[in-house]
Amino acid sequence: MTPEEILQGLYDETLIGNAPRVLELTEEGLGLDMAPQTLLFDALIPSLEEVGARFERGDFFVPEMLIAGRAMAGAMERLRPLLAETGVETIGKFLMGTVKGDVHDIGKNLVDIMLEGAGFEVVDLGVQVAPERFVAAIEEHQPDIVGFSAFLTTTMPMFKANMNALEKAGIRDSVIVMVGGAPVTQEYADAVGADGYAADASATVKKAKALLHERRAKVPA
Amino acid sequence: MRYDGEPLHTVLRSASKEVVIGHDQRFCLIGERINPTGRRLFQEQLRAGDLSAVERDVRAQVEGGADVLDINMGVPLTDEPALLDQAIRLVQSLTDLPVCIDSSVVEALEAGLAAYEGKALVNSVTAEDERLAAILPLVKQHGAAVIALPNDEDEIPMDADKRLALTGKIITVATEEYGIPRADLVIDPLAMPIGADTATSLVTFETMRRIRDEYGVNMSCGASNTSFGMPDRHTLGAAWLPMAMSAGLTSAIMDVRTPEIVAAVKAADVFLNHDDWGMAWIAAHRAKAAAPA
Repeated sequence: MTPEEILQGLYDETLIGNAPRVLELTEEGLGLDMAPQTLLFDALIPSLEEVGARFERGDFFVPEMLIAGRAMAGAMERLRPLLAETGVETIGKFLMGTVKGDVHDIGKNLVDIMLEGAGFEVVDLGVQVAPERFVAAIEEHQPDIVGFSAFLTTTMPMFKANMNALEKAGIRDSVIVMVGGAPVTQEYADAVGADGYAADASATVKKAKALLHERRAKVPA
Repeated sequence: MRYDGEPLHTVLRSASKEVVIGHDQRFCLIGERINPTGRRLFQEQLRAGDLSAVERDVRAQVEGGADVLDINMGVPLTDEPALLDQAIRLVQSLTDLPVCIDSSVVEALEAGLAAYEGKALVNSVTAEDERLAAILPLVKQHGAAVIALPNDEDEIPMDADKRLALTGKIITVATEEYGIPRADLVIDPLAMPIGADTATSLVTFETMRRIRDEYGVNMSCGASNTSFGMPDRHTLGAAWLPMAMSAGLTSAIMDVRTPEIVAAVKAADVFLNHDDWGMAWIAAHRAKAAAPA
């Protein structure tokens, strides 16, 4: 196969969520001395962007998004160490967790997959994440964005508790805060002082990229 | 272990009407629509104190064939107990169907139970110690029935064994520590979206069969959840519910405004011998034929 065929194949097979084939093509590409970042930026990420676009148009459904994301995640597992070696940066680091008192994670996991698909490095702390754990993880991982997820009206107030914990630790301004979950609204996100809210996985990716862009435009690197 | 007692009957009442949930009864359809989650306009109306959408939702669901109406007033940044109190009084003035009081806020459940006339179904408690201790006394005090979810502080179990174990815990705590009759416990076998995990319904069906066989208690779940993220959700709902019913589901919080789904449930009732000689099915057919087009 030519490099062009590899890229086209990666794009097509990721789009239909064919994980074994995506991994094979990744190996073939590497075997041809293609750069890992070429495989990532010229095939995998564009393919997941197309998945997101189709989802937003209503042409793609949740399972299609999920298997495409998984196919890409499989390739990323292979590529990540190589990308790190070559010093290629991910587009951003996203720290994620379901708030304390809440054990729901289906939506959050979908968001993880779409973020990884978009080229984010995602660190997921799981469910029942207490404010002090978010603080410690932000200090450890230095993410660009932290995402709080809540599924219940009773656990949504933990957003505010998390924000207070970030303030208290003096790290509020070092990180972009996004919130989401079934009962969460833009009004609620504003009320707790979050930087961003999105209603679904695909919208989260868009919002995360936009917020990062804004932040980087403001703060000289 | 095998439950070999009489079929347990969960009896719900309004001021003037009684509904019975049981493994030997017709399926109990709980209308899900009075719920602002994901309904932006409805949320804004409720925040402004406008409950007119509730009136429409009650009418549509009564016409659709609901046996019970779920009422959820979970709007962020509002006084949920006061809203729920108001909504319950309004619904009871509009229909004689019993009500399922739906909130994760204990104070809201308390306000809802105080406002309700009859025997309500409380939605819901989990197997978390704190939640059991906060909600079961209210259920006992008001003589209500309660939906209980077999998840604990750690996780929503994705295997039937753990769900069964937590179901056992809930039944033991509720009956022995709080004196709530087993018949008033309705277990939610946890129906998850098929779009996020392609094998999830198999686990739910297994959970249902084992809860029915081992504990004999009644069950209810949020049925619409199963088709989340998929196209043509009505057809999926109309297939999923009869399968769940045959695994032991006795009730569901569901979309009763879609005739296709309601008809599938009524048809399953006939085949499960819960509609004696299909008389309810035949009567419904006759009523439809007689109705003006």
